[in-house]
Amino acid sequence: MKIDIIGSGVSGLCCAHAFLERACEVRVISASDALDSSCCSWWAGGMLAPGCEGESAEPLIAALGVESMKFWQALTPNYTRAGTLVLATSRDRPLLDNFARNTQGWQKLASTQMQDLEPDLAERFNSGLLFADEAHLDPRQSLGQLIEQLKSRGVEFTQRVIDDGPGNEYSSVADWIIDCRGLGAAHQLPDLRGVKGEMLHIHSTEISLSRPVRLLHPRIPLYIVPRANGVFMIGATMIESTERSRASVRSVLELLSAAYALHPAFGEAEIIEIGVDARPAFNDNLPRLRRRGKTLSVNGMYRHGFLAAPAMARRCVEFALDGIIPKEVMDENTP
Amino acid sequence: MSLNLYGSEFTSRFLIGSAQYPSPAILLDAIAASRAGIVTVSLRREAGKDGAGQQFWSLIKQSGARLLPNTAGCKTVKEAVNTAHMARELFATPWIKLEVIGEDDTLQPDVFALVEAARILCAEGFQVFPYTTDDLVVADKLLAAGCEVLMPWGAPIGSGRGLNNPFALRALRAHFPDTALIVDAGIGLPSQAAAAMELGYDAILLNTAVAKAGNPVAMASAFAQAIAAGRSAFHAGAIAPRDMACPSTPVPGSPFWHSGGGQ
Repeated sequence: MKIDIIGSGVSGLCCAHAFLERACEVRVISASDALDSSCCSWWAGGMLAPGCEGESAEPLIAALGVESMKFWQALTPNYTRAGTLVLATSRDRPLLDNFARNTQGWQKLASTQMQDLEPDLAERFNSGLLFADEAHLDPRQSLGQLIEQLKSRGVEFTQRVIDDGPGNEYSSVADWIIDCRGLGAAHQLPDLRGVKGEMLHIHSTEISLSRPVRLLHPRIPLYIVPRANGVFMIGATMIESTERSRASVRSVLELLSAAYALHPAFGEAEIIEIGVDARPAFNDNLPRLRRRGKTLSVNGMYRHGFLAAPAMARRCVEFALDGIIPKEVMDENTP
Repeated sequence: MSLNLYGSEFTSRFLIGSAQYPSPAILLDAIAASRAGIVTVSLRREAGKDGAGQQFWSLIKQSGARLLPNTAGCKTVKEAVNTAHMARELFATPWIKLEVIGEDDTLQPDVFALVEAARILCAEGFQVFPYTTDDLVVADKLLAAGCEVLMPWGAPIGSGRGLNNPFALRALRAHFPDTALIVDAGIGLPSQAAAAMELGYDAILLNTAVAKAGNPVAMASAFAQAIAAGRSAFHAGAIAPRDMACPSTPVPGSPFWHSGGGQ
């Protein structure tokens, strides 16, 4: 069976992998010929944190997340299962209680445990919540590995921009067209919106972290994800806007102040990169599978690209090849 | 009697904020459950270029509620005035909730800048809803600047502490019996909203207590009931508290007069 996949973000690549596993002939068409900043997966945090996300996400996300984590664990050597640490400064302590009340799968840490887990933070934070089952990965490395694997197994990558303009509808002899363009498909999916996010990469040798840390704050919730070689990813703002460029001074200032509040050593860190993009999301912030003819669109990953994409890809393949309708994510099935 | 704000009538006395909800879908459900006639929206960050936040705002408009744009996050007169101009253009409304923050820890208003910004905006034809403290003198200056509505805080924004100073809020109500007074900020529980309404306040504006609740939709409904209850109680005329017990059953003529208590 011939499958065309449009889009090479985390969603497109996971779909390509899933169809390949079922012995389909897969082609990936994307706007860029390399893995780069043109897709918002490039800017992802790479936290696989179904428990923490449960604070504001529907239970479906946790279910998809647990399933997806197995995929990443098998695929990428940089998958690290070290849990997530959730902290609050003493003045924001009530937020930690709120967070605990609205989530599951955590354990409360005493100061001796903090010392064992994150010695650099123990002096400043004597309590927190540990979500021990959670993991993280490096998104760019993982996507790179996925592309390499797909190419070595014969998947063809074609560069072409498909912009949905009138008269420019994509047509193909493929049996299924899998549309994974994210906000690039906004013309076809008018209920898709953008949620702008800004992030930074910084470098410091003065502090080390073994796991993602979330610092709760009433207005500026922050996470820091450790990457290899002293690099940290700091993210991310959530602004109701389709704007995909223009990181604002205020956002960067807030993110960096929060990092500084986590540990003053971040004050001396080097800023490597400031990134900005918009996440594709539907109104309930849940992903969707939609069929229109032989086009299947997989979209609306919101801030859960890495957490949801492998599980969504499996549903997409099972629908296309086995006719199994995934009721929990499919809201249109027009033959 | 309905709530009158700058000549517009509203049956609900609940104004709800639109930030921090788990999703827009839950926001819309919460607005419906709150039965609020007015929804505040911030535009400082969402505005972006070329109306990049339009999509979110049109979504809120679907609720049917009237939008009250705010100047949240502004710290100077100029910033607040510019944001108000942007809001008038984007939302085609003279309404503006004026916030000029003077202190980062408490997010309390810079009342001097607030009065100045209010004066400028009222003169330009804006209908200003100033977020202020419970200070009587500041309230008086805001009215002199042209405001017809005042929005004193209950407690610092997002703190959920309720009415920090009921005495000052009562004094404000007594001094300005004919001005629309809305308690804005600091409300955490429906009982606190009811307490403000029992003091005779005209309406309640809140956001965090609903958006960050475990179940925002259920909490919106709880607040709607509390606000309505508080208003009814205010009109019904409360009894004065007293120290000694006072039997609710009329004692003279009671057939159990001689039988002692509890028999």
